Parts: sequence; C-alpha cells; structure tokens
Amino acid sequence: MRYAAPTTVDEALELLRSDPDSRVFAGATDLIPQIRAGRPEPALLIDLKRIERLVAVSHNNGTWTVGAATPTAALTADTEFSATFPGLSEASGLIGSDQIQNRSSWGGNLCNASPAADSVPALIVNDATAVIAGNSGERTASVADVVTGPGQTSLSDGEFIIEFLVNDPPANSSDAYLRLIPRTEMDIAVVGAAVQLTMDGDTVASARVALGAVAPTFVRVPDAEAALVGSSLNNGTLDDGTLDAVAAAASAACNPIDDKRGTIQYRRQVAGVLAKRAAQTAAQRAQGAS
Amino acid sequence: MPRTHVNCTVNGDEVDFLSADDTSLLNALRDELGLIGAKEGCGTGDCGACTILVDGRVNCACLMFAPEAEGTSITTVEGIAQGDHLHPLQQTFLEGAALQCGVCTPGFLVSAKALLDENSNPTETEIRFALAGNLCRCTGYDKIIRAVQEAAVQVNGASK
Repeated sequence: MRYAAPTTVDEALELLRSDPDSRVFAGATDLIPQIRAGRPEPALLIDLKRIERLVAVSHNNGTWTVGAATPTAALTADTEFSATFPGLSEASGLIGSDQIQNRSSWGGNLCNASPAADSVPALIVNDATAVIAGNSGERTASVADVVTGPGQTSLSDGEFIIEFLVNDPPANSSDAYLRLIPRTEMDIAVVGAAVQLTMDGDTVASARVALGAVAPTFVRVPDAEAALVGSSLNNGTLDDGTLDAVAAAASAACNPIDDKRGTIQYRRQVAGVLAKRAAQTAAQRAQGAS
Repeated sequence: MPRTHVNCTVNGDEVDFLSADDTSLLNALRDELGLIGAKEGCGTGDCGACTILVDGRVNCACLMFAPEAEGTSITTVEGIAQGDHLHPLQQTFLEGAALQCGVCTPGFLVSAKALLDENSNPTETEIRFALAGNLCRCTGYDKIIRAVQEAAVQVNGASK
C-alpha cells in the first residue's frame, strides 16, 4: 500500500485516476478496522486532510460550509454552530470517544454508509447538501441521496465529497437527535432519530423527521412530518394525539434487521419513542430560538 | 513496500524516521523510535491503550498511518513527566493504586492529561466521559477516576 497526501482537490482526483485500486480517507476510523478485519488493503490510500477545503469551516451569507474531513470535535466545540444546530452538533458528538472525535468527519461517516451513522439523520433533517468532486467538475447532491444501502453510495468511481453546505434554519427553528445504545458511550446506534422543525408561534409550521439504524438506508418519515405540521406546543409539550401519530408513523417506516443490538420488534418500538421525544425537544428548542 | 520519510516532533524532540506506508503510527513509535509506552490493545480504536496527543489532541495511534504524522507534534506517555519529576497524574495513579496490570495506564494518563490541560477542575461526570475511550479490565475505574480528581486538586493548587 502506498500513502499519498495531496494538497489540492485536483491533485487528489489525479491520484484517484492514476490507480483503479485507490481510495480516499479522512479519519480512517472505519477504514483501518475494516482492513484489520480482513478487507483487502487498497494499493493507494489518499489522505484528504491536507487539502485546505476539506478541513475548513465557514459561515457566510446564511450558509455553513463544512469541509468533509473536518474532525467532528471541531464542530461540537464551535459554539455558534452548536447553538444554530443543537441536534446536528449532538449527533456529530456521539461518534465514538474523544480520540475518535478528533478524527471522525461527516464525509467519512456518510461515505462509510453504515445505516447507523449518527450524523447522517441530523444532516438529512437539516437538508444538507454534499459538494462532490469528480472528473467532470463539481456537482452537488442532497445528503439524503448519497447512501443507497449498507456500504453503498451513489458516488461514482473517482468521486469524493469536498464539503457540505447547510443553510441557517429559518427563525423559530431547531433540531434534535436522539439515539439508543445499550450503554452510555462508545456504541453503535440501535436506533437514531432526528427531527428539525419550524414554529409559528405555538404551532408547528414545518417538520422533517429521519431515522437511522432501522433500515438498509436512512429513512425520512413523511407521515410523522404531516402529523407534526399544524400541531401546537402547549406548556412545552405537543399533544398526546400528535406524539402518538409521530411514534406510529416512525415505527411503521422501519424495515429493520434482527441482530445482537436489538430485535426487529424492539427497533420498531424504540424508533417511535425516540421520534416523538426528539420532536418534543426540537419543538421546545424552536420556540426558545429567536 | 514503499517507505516514507517522516519528520515530526515527539515529546519535544525533532525526530525523523522511515516507515512503510501501511505501518500504524503506533508501530512506528514503538518499533522505530523505541517508545513502548503506548500499547496495542484492540488495534481498532475501541480501547484507547494507544492514546497519544497529536498537536495537543487525543488520538488512537493505532488508527493513524505513520506518514500522517508528518509535521505534527506528538506527546506520548514518556513525555508527560518533567525529567525525574512525575506528572501529578502519574503520582496520584501510583499513590491511589489506580492500576493493576498496567496495560491501559499509559492511555489513561495521556487522556487524563488532555482533559486536565483543557479543564483543570472537571466534574466526575466530565472525567468519566473524557475517559470513555479508554478501557480498563482490572480496576473497575473508580480508583482511576479518584486519581484524576486528586491530580486535578494538585494541578489547581499548583496554579494558585
């Protein structure tokens, strides 16, 4: 295996073209364990962290631009970012230990394409866009369209994600992400649930709900979103009918597997519970947001 | 196997070494530089026995390729004492018997140092979360937590 650390996007693309058995990486927190577990080592590994755009974070004209290899620790430590997107910040901060946080990135979390990736449901409900480099120039794709199955993405050979674009939410908006793991830290989601919503006074004006770890891909839950829109927050709580409808829709949207972390039935149930709790928290935060 | 010439700073000294490209930084530190404090436990970033500081931040040395160290400043457990004068954490780990077999200890010391460097008066909860990436199969953690709390008192006392 050869190691290369290009300093420009073009140089990285050229390296990818130079060897069909090449692969880009950021933190390597999934890559190295996969190689150690027996996956073949690529002939050429391309480290993206020396490319300035891949590790830069900026906020201009209402849009956050986050380099795809930016360590998630840099995002959770960014107080302005975390105040704007509390749920996305929480989700990003749940990826592994402090050691992992200094290496893990949105680009890696997304392109590893585990359905249990914590940052991805939160990116989806914030309508994040990926900027993708390829041989015919740059293109953009909705983060929701990147993962097509476990370990599978819609990126073509020779492409990689440069950065993510996330727009500031409208006024009176916020988000939340909850996941269930059997211990307090350092585990993979049994279920993850993200909600982003905008309030108009006490009424939910718009909502997005996404689930992780309950299907081969991330799942948007339009029926839960429809149940939320028009409902009202009284004394900090959404009414029971709305919450029950959100939970039922989330459970129904699941297509989970049985594994050591949870059964199909358990995952369905937990997806409903987490979706309604995340909706409640997002609504409370949105009402408090100016 | 291609080999890369790597230049970096380790425990304050400028060093350079030759490394195969697929060698982990952990193996380079141990085999090329003779710094055997950091240990390989799991080799997959779960146990933290290989924890080092890279530019002041905790990292698992097993999850880095050695060429990635180019230009960085690395601290291993060998670099946290001042000459013969142990770091307060090393002293409180010794005095509080915060170890049994000792394999995890270098990682715990480095993680705890990173915590105290950033927050010299952490709560027990903050300590437990900061050390969540370090596994100990002997102590049950309580003595480790107490040693970090005691070291924090000393660090604060020293800075007053």
